[in-house]
Amino acid sequence: MGFRGGHNAGVLAFAVAAALVPFALPNDYYLTVLIVGGFHTILVIGLNLLMGYAGQVSLGHAAFYGLAAYTTGILTGTHQWPVPAGIAVALALSTAVAWLIAVPTLKLRGNYLAMGTLGFGIIVYIVFNEATSLTGGPSGFTGIPKLSFAGKVFSSDREYYYVVWGAVLLLLVLSQNLVRSRMGRALRAIHTSETAAAVLGVDTNRYKIFVFVLSAFYAAVAGVLYAHYVTFVSPGSFGFHTSVQLVTMVVLGGMASIWGAVLGALFLTFLPEALRAIENFDILVYGAILILCMMFLPGGLADGARKGWDAAAGLVRRGTHGAGAGKGGGR
Amino acid sequence: MTAASALLQYVISGVTVGATYGLTALGFTVIYNTTEIINFAQGEFVMLGGMLAVFALRWGGVPLPLAVPLAVLIVTAVGVLVDRVTIRPMRGRSTLTLIIITIGMSILLRGGAMLLFGKDTFSLPAFSPGGPIEIGGATVLPQTLWVVGITLLTVAGMKVFFERTLSGKAMLACACDRKAASLMGIHVDSMVTLSFAFSALVGALGGVILAPITLTAYDVGILLGVKGFAACILGGLGNPFGAVVGGVILGVLESLGAGLVSSGYKDAVAFVILLGLLFVRPSGLFGASRAERV
Repeated sequence: MGFRGGHNAGVLAFAVAAALVPFALPNDYYLTVLIVGGFHTILVIGLNLLMGYAGQVSLGHAAFYGLAAYTTGILTGTHQWPVPAGIAVALALSTAVAWLIAVPTLKLRGNYLAMGTLGFGIIVYIVFNEATSLTGGPSGFTGIPKLSFAGKVFSSDREYYYVVWGAVLLLLVLSQNLVRSRMGRALRAIHTSETAAAVLGVDTNRYKIFVFVLSAFYAAVAGVLYAHYVTFVSPGSFGFHTSVQLVTMVVLGGMASIWGAVLGALFLTFLPEALRAIENFDILVYGAILILCMMFLPGGLADGARKGWDAAAGLVRRGTHGAGAGKGGGR
Repeated sequence: MTAASALLQYVISGVTVGATYGLTALGFTVIYNTTEIINFAQGEFVMLGGMLAVFALRWGGVPLPLAVPLAVLIVTAVGVLVDRVTIRPMRGRSTLTLIIITIGMSILLRGGAMLLFGKDTFSLPAFSPGGPIEIGGATVLPQTLWVVGITLLTVAGMKVFFERTLSGKAMLACACDRKAASLMGIHVDSMVTLSFAFSALVGALGGVILAPITLTAYDVGILLGVKGFAACILGGLGNPFGAVVGGVILGVLESLGAGLVSSGYKDAVAFVILLGLLFVRPSGLFGASRAERV
């Protein structure tokens, strides 16, 4: 909201910042964390379209993330497919599965929908664990090639950083255009009241299915990027815990806010890394910070940042006023 | 073992585990009814029940008949504390915000249990001595009788509480319409606190009675929470009776899945059936489909 009107400037500033960050980092460790933060950002922007704009909660989003990662991993690793082909099939398959799941599941509402998506996520997670001959089972799937395109292999972290954050930027712009379009207005109408939206002629079912499939596509993009970066996938990365973490990132960042999605994803990616120093107590502090953030930043980090910015700007204005006029310029 | 007695065996072990899912689901339902929150820390209440009993027994030297009620009592106090510290100050906030707070709380409780008790797996001795009993070719552990008996008593107790006591009726009134309940002079805040105390109590009870059969560790709460949530959705959210029945059905499905399909896919079998049922009956087995207010 705070960037309304100036959203192109916002995207441009974000792009410049993202491009310059690698030059300011003291070592490659931060680059790795930022790449992982990029995967999360893509996932959370997609999930925020579904949760924040259309008001539909998914507790099974890690399944689409994992489905794409495993598909491209198996095709390029076991079957020696070229990487772009593996990625294309992985994206297509995850999107198709999302559509198949969306049609019956989106008839469910509220907590029942949460349960439906959670059940789907758990089933997929169990298949990753049990289909050992295909997925390698609990110990994971190794030997996935690095990302390559037309003979160019993206093997250094710095190169990969630009690939991932390039994808983030693209999907971010796509989402911004989407939420400002007629479709975005329809989604918000569904969020406020599905019945009222339907009465006003919004094809609620079609829009809900579309946004669910789109958010699964975002998750799939993150999944293929993840698989070809880490070159190893295991079920643990795509379980219930990951799905819950993604929902937390959406809510903590700020519902119905694309910049909130970016903030939430990056904050909750960096927090565990920052807490690593106080081993064993890190979980406690992580839980406490999560609770405190939710208690004191009701609109999420994006809203909090905007309020903080406004307050700071107000202080500066007041300060210069006061100095110029010689007495306290309260208002 | 004949096919029939094998089947009976699966059902018996399914009912045992399912009773615990049912008690967890009952906890979800009680809090949902007064606040519309899905309490993600519910599984942690179950875990804490088992773990505290183990530690009262091992390190505190408290005898088992005392350790069990002590553990349940402490967890009940934790439930009250959770409400007072994080839920009550947040009245009026969005349900999703409150749910995320319960996720934070579950992380805190799990982390606290890990620091206090370590990462090992523990078991609790059975409540009464004696070997397995044979019924129709299937074996029943004495602890199973404890589990089923305590679950039935708890459900009966809840029923009496909700139907016969003033506090119980007041809680039901809050579940129906909070505003109307508060206009009738019901202290809604106290009812919410009571619901947290209750759900912690039944959760801990489930954890304690199951601990002698399955092992317990600081991180068992996640899975038990998921199963409890599934059970109360299966039964129809908001219906205490449905929650317990849903738990038992889920337990039996899982056990049959493990026995007849494969032990690795047992949870998948249960969830596939659950999803199939939700698509046919979108508000669970015993859930009333309420008209939506526009």
